[in-house]
Amino acid sequence: MQTDLITELRRQSEICNACRYCEGYCSVFPALHRERAFAEGDLTQLANLCHNCRGCYYACQYTAPHEFDLNLPKALAEVRRDSWESFAWPAPAARAFQSHGLAIAAATVLGFALLFAAIKALGNAGGEGFYAALSHNAMVAIFAPAFLFPLASIAFSLRAYWRHVGGKRLRLSHVTAAFGSVARMRDLAAGHGEGCNFEEEDRFSHARRYAHQAVMYGFLLCFASTASGTVLHYGFGLHAPYPFFSLPKLLGVPGGLMLTFGTIAMAWLKLKADKNLADAKAFGGEMGFIALLGFVAASGLALYWLGGTAAMATVLALHLGAVLAFFLLTPFSKMAHGFYRLAALIREEQNKQA
Amino acid sequence: MSTPHDIAIIGGGNAALCAAITAAEAGARVLILETAPKAYRGGNSRHTRNFRCMHSGPLGPLVESYSEEEYFADLMKVTAGKTDEALARLAIRSSEECLPWMEAHGVRFQPSLSGTLSLARTNAFFMGGGKSLVNAYFRTAQALGVEVLYEAAVTHLELADDQIAWVDYTHEGESHRITPKAVIVASGGFQADTEWLTRAWGEPAKNFLIRGTPYNRGVVLADLLDQGALSVGDPTQCHAVAIDGRAPKFDGGIVTRLDCVPFSIVVNKNAERFYDEGEDVWPKRYAIWGRLVAAQPDQVGYVIIDSRSLNLFMPSVFPPLKADTLEDLATQMGLPPAKLRETVEGFNAACGDTSGFHPTELDGVATQGLTPPKTNWARPITTPPFYGYSLRTGVTFTYLGLKVDETAQCATENGPIRNLWAAGETMAGSILGQGYLAGYGMTIGTVFGRIAGREAAAYAN
Repeated sequence: MQTDLITELRRQSEICNACRYCEGYCSVFPALHRERAFAEGDLTQLANLCHNCRGCYYACQYTAPHEFDLNLPKALAEVRRDSWESFAWPAPAARAFQSHGLAIAAATVLGFALLFAAIKALGNAGGEGFYAALSHNAMVAIFAPAFLFPLASIAFSLRAYWRHVGGKRLRLSHVTAAFGSVARMRDLAAGHGEGCNFEEEDRFSHARRYAHQAVMYGFLLCFASTASGTVLHYGFGLHAPYPFFSLPKLLGVPGGLMLTFGTIAMAWLKLKADKNLADAKAFGGEMGFIALLGFVAASGLALYWLGGTAAMATVLALHLGAVLAFFLLTPFSKMAHGFYRLAALIREEQNKQA
Repeated sequence: MSTPHDIAIIGGGNAALCAAITAAEAGARVLILETAPKAYRGGNSRHTRNFRCMHSGPLGPLVESYSEEEYFADLMKVTAGKTDEALARLAIRSSEECLPWMEAHGVRFQPSLSGTLSLARTNAFFMGGGKSLVNAYFRTAQALGVEVLYEAAVTHLELADDQIAWVDYTHEGESHRITPKAVIVASGGFQADTEWLTRAWGEPAKNFLIRGTPYNRGVVLADLLDQGALSVGDPTQCHAVAIDGRAPKFDGGIVTRLDCVPFSIVVNKNAERFYDEGEDVWPKRYAIWGRLVAAQPDQVGYVIIDSRSLNLFMPSVFPPLKADTLEDLATQMGLPPAKLRETVEGFNAACGDTSGFHPTELDGVATQGLTPPKTNWARPITTPPFYGYSLRTGVTFTYLGLKVDETAQCATENGPIRNLWAAGETMAGSILGQGYLAGYGMTIGTVFGRIAGREAAAYAN
């Protein structure tokens, strides 16, 4: 990891520790106040607890032009991105995608191209609906490895993170408490429950919390939709396309809508927010990732509406291409933050009980 | 500015904002003239943390109860009776209704506290500290139509007979003159004007550090006193504490505090002890060491501890100097090494049974036959590495200010100034003759800010 980023975060953390006015804002501060000296692993853990809500920045009497020049959200964001790049496996991919929206776009276009090529070369093998464009077996052959590789990669990365922050053996109570924090995004409510300071200086607002929840729950619904389709396919011999009143559609349509509008809202908030309070290097990568995620959702919805038309094969290639790119990039893009955040919250539960 | 304002408020801290909000809610058109740029708005309120509040039962974040009598007794202890009882009781009694008012105007409090400050019964702590309070009040005020000018330095209030005829200020390089119906002064003390401080204190004041805003230079205060406004307080009285000697000249705020004194010996530049380091716990001890250090040569003190004490106090913003021998530490600190060893050995020899050592309460572990004694936490300094901090006097605010009555109105010898009110540190000397009670400055600012806003609006309407 980059020592200059660590050194700067350590400097700022020591000032925060002598002040402690931000005590009630989020999980970062109680965790910070438990230490007197900050090892690299401690700082990485703090960085991954931070949600960049910026409450502490606007409350801080030591921000520039004060000579202490505190900007904790930025220092934490930089160490956070640096930690993800360091723990990612294989590493060079992370460096390319965390900070480069263009690389994400290129990977997505490559995904489209591969899918168009697959549709041309592998064809339908006599299937119906989407399988008229690309056979079910061909889809499985492409997406099973594209799904399993990221899982393996993230498992390696999280193991490296866990060692780095001194994590102990998992207990169910740690995990459930961490999931509780995630489910409510408690840390984006600034302690007093009025939200964060993301988009308009010191004004508190729930906009980012709600947008992020729409993205997270929308994504989980879409994922559940796909999973339910798999179960129906293999377990019950019920094949796509599914009618509206079926599990995949009842989960997928609202999920797709939440994900589409959630990503648009996240991008809009990000454009309004002060870039100086985040990791400037990550902006392109984060925007690229949000655009890709939004495109996955929107093209999925489009596929539903246009499924019976001549445009279906094209839209299918675009949607599946985007999904392919999204899956393969998961360990190296902003998507990885969800896994690290969860790991950090579990570690925080362990520290709280220690 | 196209529309003339009813009320001009000088200053942009807690008292000014409470006055602005109250006056605007009463229908007055209010202008805030804040000397500081936006990033430094809020005066010393930026650095505050809590509000001392009377309450007859659990109230907001406060537990149990804190009666008027107990609160007043606490004030009497720190001021040694130098207070205006009527005004002090007014502030105390009004504090109880202030807390819900603060919450209704955007201030958020911490539910509970960790660390060494266990004041959950007497003091309500702002979530995020004083700057977040200031932010909330500016948002609220601006939503009520209050206009705010930053970097607007008031240079003169023209006192003609019994009223303020006009206000002069500069803004963006130009001079302006306005004629509001009423004026509220809430622009703090004069501690950031080193020259004035030196006139009051003598040469030692040049070595003082100013803990808060560099913008409280007392310009309006001096202007009004020159024109015959009645004053209170003693120019040599101020809230001064001993802070880390490496703190910035201005605006170091809370992080420069050092809580290590009770576990240490404190010596002057000649490596001699000069006061009982174990006299009492925070906050009483905290408030006396500023004056003690100010009375030493070059206005510096040096705290010496050993490795056993390092983790007994709140983390400090600057790391301590560290050495394996006392001589090394003395050399690093610029103290005479042999003399420091002699002082430490003399102290160590005077320490008795330390089995009752208890860091969080007065433990009675005292020295025998030592002058000055150390009456608590007297444990030999023997276990290397040794650590040292330097101490300097840090001034929070000065007490010389404008004399006000129970309606926050200012006066001359000839009687009240009809359209001039004062609130906050600029009139706190009316109540605080000496000493300080944690969180009481915010109480005075909130109570008298609201009174000034109400009175000025009633006059202007």
